Amino acid sequence: MSGLRQVIGRGVVVQRSDVDTDQIIPAAWLKRVERTGFGAGLFEAWRADPEFPLNQPGADRARVLLSGSNFGCGSSREHAVWALQDYGFQAVVAPSFADIFRGNAISSGLVPAQVTEEAAARLDAALAAAPDAEVVVDVAERTVSVGSGVIEPFELADYARWRLLEGLDDIGLTLRHEDEIAVFEQRRAAHLPSVSGSASG
Amino acid sequence: MTARLFDKVWDRHVVASPDGEPPLLYIDLHLVHEVTSPQAFEGLALAGRRVRRPDLTVATMDHDVPTTGLDPVTGDGVIADPLAAEQIARLRANCAQHGITLHGLGSSQQGIVHVIGPQLGLTQPGMTVVCGDSHTSTHGAFGALAFGIGTTEVEHVLATQTLRQAKPKAMAVTVEGELPAGSTAKDLVLGIIRALGVGGGAGSVIEYRGAAIRALTMEGRMTVCNMSIEGGARAGMIAPDDTTFAYLEGRPHAPKGAAFERALADWRSLATDDGAEFDKEIRVDASALRPAVTWGTTPAQSVSIDDVVPEPDSAATPAARQAAQRALTYMDLKPGTAIRDIAVDTIFIGSCTNGRLEDLRAAAAVIRGRKVHPGVRALVVPGSALVRAQAEQEGLDKDFAQAGFEWRSAGCSMCLGMNGDILAPGERSASTSNRNFEGRQGPGGRTHLVSPAVAAATAIAGHFAAPADL
Ligand code: SF4
Repeated sequence: MSGLRQVIGRGVVVQRSDVDTDQIIPAAWLKRVERTGFGAGLFEAWRADPEFPLNQPGADRARVLLSGSNFGCGSSREHAVWALQDYGFQAVVAPSFADIFRGNAISSGLVPAQVTEEAAARLDAALAAAPDAEVVVDVAERTVSVGSGVIEPFELADYARWRLLEGLDDIGLTLRHEDEIAVFEQRRAAHLPSVSGSASG
Repeated sequence: MTARLFDKVWDRHVVASPDGEPPLLYIDLHLVHEVTSPQAFEGLALAGRRVRRPDLTVATMDHDVPTTGLDPVTGDGVIADPLAAEQIARLRANCAQHGITLHGLGSSQQGIVHVIGPQLGLTQPGMTVVCGDSHTSTHGAFGALAFGIGTTEVEHVLATQTLRQAKPKAMAVTVEGELPAGSTAKDLVLGIIRALGVGGGAGSVIEYRGAAIRALTMEGRMTVCNMSIEGGARAGMIAPDDTTFAYLEGRPHAPKGAAFERALADWRSLATDDGAEFDKEIRVDASALRPAVTWGTTPAQSVSIDDVVPEPDSAATPAARQAAQRALTYMDLKPGTAIRDIAVDTIFIGSCTNGRLEDLRAAAAVIRGRKVHPGVRALVVPGSALVRAQAEQEGLDKDFAQAGFEWRSAGCSMCLGMNGDILAPGERSASTSNRNFEGRQGPGGRTHLVSPAVAAATAIAGHFAAPADL
């Protein structure tokens, strides 16, 4: 995963709250064993509607998705993040995110930019007035702007920001604590369950 | 210092708290299934890493396994869907390569990941449990801290047996009073989610407390904790008590003899201390909770079976009004329609919410000696191979078959419609599962969430019904 300082591109607004991951990528797509190739399934059911924002001219060049509160609720499927990225999105701007989705996004390098309800409304309005305006999600500064008129701060935890900027591999970071993990394992209670490996079926 | 159940479990799992980084949390049990793991194993292979603790990792196949067409005991037969067959083969190969215990098709312990963990006695109080599945919250019924993770995190746990986690907030959901006769744990949790909203628990771990929670069986507590994620909370927990200990004693992986006694002393110390405060609290009166039926496309959109489809204008905020309007259009429902007047095409009894033996017994008690309404398709999909075998010992399979239900093999099945058990576009189901999202049970399908008893009565009546209506 490479670092991401700024996302610059077209914005698309999907004005709904509680967008669940079943909508972002339907279950039928989860049979793939790769991390790629999910873009065609992004919002598959909603895209059947010609009015849907992703069916409007220029949407194929979109980099930033703007949506309603509790974005990414429901299933833990990281495939939802992969589908957004495979389509071309590098950031989602919303008033709030579901916990698991936010974690998955940061893991995979998709920026979850959390703005206030009021800021979201201003950003949406600016895009409605100028759909071709350039949207910039600045990870370093934690701001999102539409054209030159509107700029809003967003929330992103320091550690998440750092990981996104550096494109760090979390496992690599954790393995620096391998000694502490080993010490911890020595102290675990004896009654905790463990299973010996055996495959059946 | 007073501490909450959640703090006690959290604190004993912190491996390291590096400056400026989220703490590293040790994971006692990692459950793995075929759908969210292949990319994680691939990532391990690419980085040349091994599974750190195969002995703390347990795998099963549930999400896209067929529930019909294979031999229900041996699992022999051909999986018609080549993509599902490939995922299942990958899991088998990955488990074999890394020495991970797998309860695959044909194993007497195969089943939905959140049904088999407790059933095997693997889920115990005070543990941390994770799985690449959001309903991992189910295991919190035992006083474990259990939550769903994404595939990158699955890889992280495989490689390190830890997770990086900022500590969530602790929320109390206190349910006092007594559930009325005919209301179940499912109605209770749907009532909680209605009060909380689908995002109300975000950023929090819920502790369910109060007399109505204490009165639940372990199966009922699992139903409640299972749906924590539908209220936005990644985890739900219930303090372990004698109900918990009685359930655990004698299970294959529960401690035995003197070890059980030692474990008991530890488990008893986990409950939230008197006077401990929560970051947030909501209270729900169980005595007001009648059997619930969802009318919309989120689990928070439910009413009592005695009610009517609500007016969107009655919603509190403009966003909620807009969502309600969209939901009614998708569900093809008119405000003011009595819930009992809504006819259904399909009944699904199963899932990690309501696919345990107690659930099947409750449904069987309603349908015994009756017939499924003409034109209604009714499925029973046990949550695990063991649940299926136990139900057959009690003759429940015959009750269901005589009433006109299909009796299937264990799996997730129509809960998420990955394995071909789906609704046709426009079809309407009464389902004991946990999500009524658009298209959840098949593109264009319309899902109403209910308890097993209401699903069973609805199968007989052909429209929403409570057992007492029959
Ligand atoms: S039964 Fe449904 S909710 Fe439970 S694990 Fe399977 S797909 Fe997920």
